Order: sequence, then C-alpha cells, then structure tokens
Amino acid sequence: MGLSAQHNKAGAVLPPRRLARAGRGEARAGFLFALPWMVGLTIFTIVPLLLTFYIAQTKFQIVGPPKYVGFANYEAMWTDPAVWTSAGNTMFFAAVSVPIKLVMALGLALLLNRIAALSGFYRTVFYLPFLMPAVAGSIVFMLLLTPDAGPVNIALEALGFNPPDWLLDPKAALWTIILLSLWPLGVETLVFLGGLQNIPKDVSEAADLDSPRGWHKLLWITIPMISPMILFNLVIGIIYSFQIFTQALVVGGTTGKPAEATLMYVVVLYRTAFRYFNVGYAAAMATVLFVGVLLLTLLIFRTARSWVHYEGESR
Amino acid sequence: MTVASTRRTAPRKTVQTMIYHAIMLMISCVFLLPFYWMTISAFKNNAEIFARPVMWFPDPIRWSNFVELFSRDDFPFLIQFGNSVFYAGSVALAVCFSCSLAAYSFGCLRWRWRDRVFGLTVCALLLPAIVTFLPVYLGWSRLGLNGTYWPLITPFLFGDAFFIFMLRQFYMGIPRELLDAARLDGASEFRIWWQIALPQVWTALVIVGLFAVVYTWNEFFNPLIYLQDREDFPLSVGLFTFQADRAREWSISMTGALLTALPMVVLFLLTQRLFRQGLASSSLK
Repeated sequence: MGLSAQHNKAGAVLPPRRLARAGRGEARAGFLFALPWMVGLTIFTIVPLLLTFYIAQTKFQIVGPPKYVGFANYEAMWTDPAVWTSAGNTMFFAAVSVPIKLVMALGLALLLNRIAALSGFYRTVFYLPFLMPAVAGSIVFMLLLTPDAGPVNIALEALGFNPPDWLLDPKAALWTIILLSLWPLGVETLVFLGGLQNIPKDVSEAADLDSPRGWHKLLWITIPMISPMILFNLVIGIIYSFQIFTQALVVGGTTGKPAEATLMYVVVLYRTAFRYFNVGYAAAMATVLFVGVLLLTLLIFRTARSWVHYEGESR
Repeated sequence: MTVASTRRTAPRKTVQTMIYHAIMLMISCVFLLPFYWMTISAFKNNAEIFARPVMWFPDPIRWSNFVELFSRDDFPFLIQFGNSVFYAGSVALAVCFSCSLAAYSFGCLRWRWRDRVFGLTVCALLLPAIVTFLPVYLGWSRLGLNGTYWPLITPFLFGDAFFIFMLRQFYMGIPRELLDAARLDGASEFRIWWQIALPQVWTALVIVGLFAVVYTWNEFFNPLIYLQDREDFPLSVGLFTFQADRAREWSISMTGALLTALPMVVLFLLTQRLFRQGLASSSLK
C-alpha cells in the first residue's frame, strides 16, 4: 500500500491533461496485454468448468450425444464402492502426508537456516528429488522396497527389524505411497527457508535474550513469523494431494493393487472416463472433487485468520 | 548465535557444529539413497540388483544396459527423448512469451478490471486440473487433434496461471517512475514493455523457462491421455508403459529412469550457478 501511494505522487509530475491521456493509453494497453490470457482462461478454464457441471448431469459415452439424466450420476456415485474406497484412501493420504511433509520440511528448513559450511550442498540434496519425474521416482521406490530382496528390507532385517512387505501388503501399501510422497519436499523446504531468512535479525536476537529455551522461540516467534508460508504450503499441499495420480497409477495400476489399497480418487475418475468411456459419470466425480477441494480450501482460509500473522498487522 | 555467545562458548560450538553436520549428512544420505540405488542398478543385471549380500557397487559395470536400452523396439528411448525435448522446449518458449505479456499487464499497468481478472487467475491456479479436463479433452477430440502435441502445447500459448503469478512478482519490482518517465518521453506502451520492462525481468524469464522445462519434462497425466503411439510418447509416459509391460526387467527400467532424470538434474546443477549470478548482478545495480 505504501508503495502505490508513492507511485501516485511520482505520477503527478505529468501535467493533468497528458496524465489523463497517458492513463487511457495505459488502460488500453493493460487490457490488450492481458487479452490472450483472458481468452485462454475463458477457453481452457471457465467454459470447461461450466461444461463439466453440465456433463455431470448427462449420460455421455463419448460416441453419441449426451442424454440429460439429472442427478442420476451423483446417486450412482453414492452407492459405488470404488468411489467410497478411493475417496477414503485419498483423504487418508492427504490427511497424513501433508502434515508430516510440512513438519519435515520445516525441520529441514530450520536446520538449513543455520549458517554453516556445506549449506549449499544440503540445499541441493533436498531439492533434487523434486526434479525426479514422478514415474521414475515411483519405480525406484518399488525396487528399493521390494520385499525380501530389496536393499531397504535387507538392511532392516540386518538391524533386527521385521520389515513390512510395503507395496505388496494391503495394510502397508497406502503408507508406502505416503512415504514415497514425502521424498520430494524440496519446494516446501525452500518456501519455509525463504520465510525464516526474512525474519528480522533484531526480532530473532531479542527472542534469544528473552528466553534461553529454543523451543519457546520456535513456538512463539518463528512459527508465527512464517505462518503465511505454512498457510501457503498447507493449501497447495492439500489441493495437490487430493489429485494424487501418477504415483498411485505406477504403483497400483488402475485397480489400486494390492486389494484396492492404493486406489485413489483421480485414478478411478481416469479409468471411468478413459477405460469405460463413461464421461458423464467421470464429470460428476470431477464436480464432487471440485466442491470438496473448494470447501476445504475455504475452511482453511477461514481458520487461517486466527493463526496466520502478516507482518503489517501487528504494527 | 550472537557474536558474543560465539566467543564465550567456542569449544561447545565446535561439538555442536559436528553434531549438526552428522545429522545433515545422515538425512542427505537418506534423500540420496534412491538416486544412488537407481544409478548403480542401471549398471547391474537383474540378478545383481537383488543379490545378497547387497552389492553397493556394481561389479562388473555393465554398460551393455545402455546399449540394450537404445536398441529396444518396446522402449524407443531416443525417439521419446527427442519428444520430451520438443515438448518441454515448446512449452517453455510458449510460457515465456505468453506469460510475460499477461504478467506485465497485472504487475505494471493500471486498468479497470485488472484486479478482478487477476483474482480469477489466482482461482484458476488453485483449481484442480482434472475438474476442467474432460470438456477440453472432448473439444480436442472433436477437432481430431488427439494423438498430436497440439492439445499439450497450445494452452500454454495463451498463458499459465502459475507462471503469470510468478512473473508478476518480478514485474512489480520495477519502479513505476521508470515507466512513467518513458511515457513522458512519448514512448508507445508496447515499446515501454519491450525496451524498458522486459530487460528488467529477463533473469526471471529464464527462471520461468527453467521451471517450465522441469514441469513439462515430468508431466504425465496429459501426454498419457492425449497420446496413443509409443513413438509419440515423451519419456515420462514411455518409462511408465515400459515398466507396466515389463515389470521384471529392472535393470532396463532403472537405466531408463536414470536417463530420464539425468537431464533435469544436470540442468538444475548448471543453472544453480546462473540463478546465483542473476541474483548477484541484480543486487550490484
């Protein structure tokens, strides 16, 4: 806000009439520069979104015209075990993996924030998994976690543990996907690190003087100061984890092997649309996903008012 | 952590530093293990991958995996590599062009509906892609362009919410006085963008291009659905179909995974330096 006020003042060096003309030219240019994007946004986002809501109310098998059926697709979803199983798996995945990932990323960021030798190396190491294509990463994990013969289980056995069968055991498979999703946490870590480095030195040092206990500072200074980054990572993390697809498809195929334990919502949507060609039903699933993610995002933003602190507010 | 406390507790500090590095190195090893296992498995045969005790180093080093990978019909690696380069390069170019226009408008220019349109852009950013996917897919198949790269690249010619958002941050750093001064000199709005604003954000454009390359290289869902022929696949889909069909041939899978991941890793390691140079040169001014 302060910046734009300055800009207004600086703009006043132009005489009024020329200023008005320049303003009009600027407005026209602004519209024209944004025009391609507005066209793209309309064609590829807004219109398809509305069409999805419409297709969801039709029986549509790609060949032949869509037939209006009202809410029949939603009613069918209500009694479809694949929808319930996959929705349950996906919600469990999101609810477990996002908090763990954020805590791990915050821990790593706190460790990285210490000025030390090798910090560039560590940062690179934590960022690298993000560059790994999800397909390649999932395949490597499948190999690493092969029961009996994989190196992880051999190592765990040597240490005296009784390792799980990971992706072959229906009880452990979903946890294995969670484990797999924790590997690329470099982006979250870098976002937190950016927040930590923006904490003013004097605030941090004053906290050191006030309370010698490290965790006091973490709880009352550091976490509130980076709460906007926590909100950002939380919202993005939730939205993306509800859309988990690649890892689940590589590991479990379209049937969520083993025993539908890794069956995810978008995988069911995918097989409904592109294996069974039941586009109307898939659109209904997409609509439900949209409403679910929307409500959850709104809920997070609503609660965020009480725990997110922006710097300008306290002054 | 202050200067005073460093002086007082120097020996304790050394121990702390050693513990710190021990912890960090341990975590680093865990994070690097998948990379390491992928790399050594690319140089082993299947029996050696699953050998007991674990072979932590390939012996002998089997370069033959690479020869086999390049000559297989069911995994035309070199063709798919070329497809990936084409796909990622096109998207990066398209994104750099289209997003630099829209982001300039949102970041530097004042016009009536700007904040509302930008608000919509942020909403589009948060919208799960699958929600709008089906009608777009049906539209492309109506046009008969399924099986080509048109559906995969064209949308980026109009822009991308994430990259517009990212570039706008950089454009907002340009002082308005600079643009107003050019307006006072009678420069056209297009020239102001081309000759004054754009040179200020070129580092950001490179960064956006790199992000777009990495994102597209790893993109899976769209090419999986739009492309049908093995010869058209980018590497992400090619690797997936190979692994799904030939689940037992781990050494070839790992060779493929290694060569799929390697370009991005190398690109990142090279451009890390560029990022730092870009930041350093802009802070000198």
